Amino acid sequence: MAASARPIAPAASLTSGGAPAVTVRVTINGSPVTAEVEPRTLLVHFLREVVGLTGTHIGCDTSNCGACTVHLDGKPVKSCTVLAVQANGREVRTVEGLEVGGKLSPVQQAFFEEHGLQCGFCTPGMMMTATALLAKNSNPTDAEVRDAIRGNLCRCTGYVNIVKAIQLAGKKMQSAAPAGGSP
Amino acid sequence: MSAEAPTPAHVKGGIGQSILRKEDARFLRGKGNYVDDIKLPGMLYLDITRSPYAHAKITAIRTEKALKVPGVLAVITGKDLEAAGLAWMPTLMSDKQMVLPVDTVMYQAQEVVGVVADSRYAAADGAAAVEVDYEPLPVVVDPFKALAPGAPVIRTDRKEQSNHIWHWETGDKAGTDESFRASEVTVSQDLYIPRIHVSSMETCGCIAQMDPVNGRFTIYMTTQAPHAIRTVFALVTGLPEQNIRVISPDIGGGFGGKVPVYPGYVIASVASIKTGRPVKWIEDRSENLQADSFARDYHIHAEVAATKDGKVTALKVKTVADHGYTDAAANPSKFPAGLFHIITGSYPFAKAFVEVDAAYTNKPPGGIAYRCSFRVTEAVYTIERMMDILAHKLKVDPAELRLKNFIPPEAFPFKSTLGWTYDSGNYAGALKKAMEIIDYAGLRREQAEKRRKGELMGIGISSFTEIVGAGPSQQFDILGIKMFDSAEVRIHPTGKIIARFGTKSQGQGHETTYAQILAEELGIPADDIRVEEGDSDTAPYGLGTYASRSTPTAGAAASMAARKIREKARKIAAHLLEVSVDDVEWKDYAFRVKGVPSKSKTMQEVAFAAYTNHPQGMEAGLEAIDYYDPPNMTFPFGSYICVVDIDKDTGQVKVRRFVAVDDCGTIINPMIVDGQIHGGLTMGLAPSLLEEIQYDADGNIHGGSFMDYLVPTAIETPRWETAKTVTPSPHHPIGAKGVGESATVGAPPAIVNAVVDALQPYGVEHIDIPIHPWKVWQILHAGPPKTG
Repeated sequence: MAASARPIAPAASLTSGGAPAVTVRVTINGSPVTAEVEPRTLLVHFLREVVGLTGTHIGCDTSNCGACTVHLDGKPVKSCTVLAVQANGREVRTVEGLEVGGKLSPVQQAFFEEHGLQCGFCTPGMMMTATALLAKNSNPTDAEVRDAIRGNLCRCTGYVNIVKAIQLAGKKMQSAAPAGGSP
Repeated sequence: MSAEAPTPAHVKGGIGQSILRKEDARFLRGKGNYVDDIKLPGMLYLDITRSPYAHAKITAIRTEKALKVPGVLAVITGKDLEAAGLAWMPTLMSDKQMVLPVDTVMYQAQEVVGVVADSRYAAADGAAAVEVDYEPLPVVVDPFKALAPGAPVIRTDRKEQSNHIWHWETGDKAGTDESFRASEVTVSQDLYIPRIHVSSMETCGCIAQMDPVNGRFTIYMTTQAPHAIRTVFALVTGLPEQNIRVISPDIGGGFGGKVPVYPGYVIASVASIKTGRPVKWIEDRSENLQADSFARDYHIHAEVAATKDGKVTALKVKTVADHGYTDAAANPSKFPAGLFHIITGSYPFAKAFVEVDAAYTNKPPGGIAYRCSFRVTEAVYTIERMMDILAHKLKVDPAELRLKNFIPPEAFPFKSTLGWTYDSGNYAGALKKAMEIIDYAGLRREQAEKRRKGELMGIGISSFTEIVGAGPSQQFDILGIKMFDSAEVRIHPTGKIIARFGTKSQGQGHETTYAQILAEELGIPADDIRVEEGDSDTAPYGLGTYASRSTPTAGAAASMAARKIREKARKIAAHLLEVSVDDVEWKDYAFRVKGVPSKSKTMQEVAFAAYTNHPQGMEAGLEAIDYYDPPNMTFPFGSYICVVDIDKDTGQVKVRRFVAVDDCGTIINPMIVDGQIHGGLTMGLAPSLLEEIQYDADGNIHGGSFMDYLVPTAIETPRWETAKTVTPSPHHPIGAKGVGESATVGAPPAIVNAVVDALQPYGVEHIDIPIHPWKVWQILHAGPPKTG
């Protein structure tokens, strides 16, 4: 994706003349981003509204639903309960950073093939959690997958195909075989 | 992954193939286009100050401090709206609903003041700075108390001065009473189906944009029914309809919660008119859970009469419906209790009588779907619970009782005593298949063994009949607009299609399934078909997506439009083949000369000719539009069997196995159908074991965030097992019936029947949902198990 090819210019500011702004420098999907934000700015709002990466969604504000899950220094976090200033000097990876060189990641490809998404709203967060799980354990059991995604709610799929997709992604990562056609 | 059709002649992506979804390309990459992803130049943000009280008089609203918050540009109060005649808006059920209150709030979290600012955070600061003085009024949360004499009147604006909204009844009262008097066996039960919330992962929101120069009003909106919304906006605001554009972008789940018009949409619209700038309103989860419309809240009393050998004869149901402070139910207008009278279910009751009384309470509006076609869940839950209660009374196996009573396959089309004509069904076929898959006899043996050891295992069945696809225009309208739906299909010169529909997918996969219907009808691969929905400027008029109606109505329209195209295309093919039209037939996805099938033209060849070499005197082009008025509803059905184990120490119910055999008629995409069933089952599990919106006596909502409202996670959700039978609808062009909601409707009684079955040793007849561990634990500790 283009996101990793060049620095992302701040598209907007969240400040409205209230609190004094602070400077936040974050590496997002491999590209450095610097922006002035209110200190209270949540990481999810920083990503969506300042940087313009709207793939990370907001579903609950209470860190229950996981739609906002991104990686902070490789670890999945719920970006609705992380301040942008807490990401200062650190690396953030979002759903937009999963696809590399025009090729879907194994997790993306497996969600596609196993019909692991319907409305697509929980999907980015779900895939980020899955990606983090598989980095540690590429051959998870059904129970291990369910445990890993317990903090990611999906209202459409009943989780059956999400679990299958995550297990398939693990197999894809293990085998060197190229993935099938992409959507 | 794609399964090819078994016949030698097939079209890529036609009906019956599990092709992967076209819409996934953007969702997988984080490139979906949900309303909160849209940013317009100069856009402002709306936040809303809400009421802490469930019922109170507003004595003062002070907005000075809010207006001093940096970034805040405007406030909107009920008095401002009243001046414009917009303080109240009509509901779909001919009641009225407050946009903003002028003097009284009627539920906790009700919208009181809108604050508009140049950023999301400033708007929230402004909303927090609004000061409102309240004088609390008596609160009524119990609908029975609301209907009792002397109850405080909630809606003093109505001339009736009562909390009783309406009485609705259907069936033969005298005949039913007579049947009960003559019956050998009767059972009765009170059943409460509590208030629940759809909780789509995306909350509701909009961007309203009034263009004062051109008089154009555009609203990007989380709506399942963009066209109907446009008409309602035109009628309510007086804006000319051609100047209103409703765009429903990608929707992050709907389940009925995105059918109503919520106050926030209207306040954002007024704010845009007032400021001349686009205004975005996105509710947070707590606002969504506390103030958007709810489902269920039916207090049901049901009685069944039967012969002593177990043949059901009559059904009597009396219900009190809690609608909250207004009747804003999302029902077809002629059906205040929805399609609740599908309640005779899969059984040939000779007599039935059903009545519903609706009450106002100090709660937000109720009466939306929660993934169900207009109160069908309430009906199915009632009849399928009652069948088990009857089986228990008669001491017969619940499967045997059902098999003895089912409407037989040869009886279709079957006219129910409450007036529906079921299109097709094979109920015993579905139940026997489920029993075979799960090894019902083996489970009963295992259960007997476990009971001897004191372990609690239960088996529950639900053999549901749904009614979906609203609906035939004679009976079905919303505010007078008939419930047809539409497809507009254009084949372009290179044989590629753009098709537009009056419905709106919220995750169901319309871009794929509609393309498959067209591929099948026109012989053009699904990959070459682009499906668009949701823009009232470009799509043909339709009533939208809810109540499992998209395939029965717009899917049928796709077929009909395609067949209109085929009629014209056949003439062009004859012209190209230099034979008479009568000598050309559509066979194996091409136009072929009768008797000489090798002499043929593909639809792509015909399409090119339609623009380059069409017969003289014929109009150029190859397109058609169809507004499909279904001749009947469709009646999907199925049988579900659930096995539960109960932990005696904690009262925890664990769903060990759940086999769902569904029959939704012709299956367009098996993969998508299974996905719909998986999701539906999970939304059937949710209210059975987890979800409930409760209020305390002061009308304070319990469960106003995901900390307290328990949407199932992957941990609570079992590994669903699915299977199918296929009984096509005889009146639908491709025999499809709709499938999005069957499982939500069918699952709860299977789960509850299983839990009650497990607790038979404790003499349990019924437990109201949700069956959380505390309810079970109390039963287990109320006394020693009863014997026999």
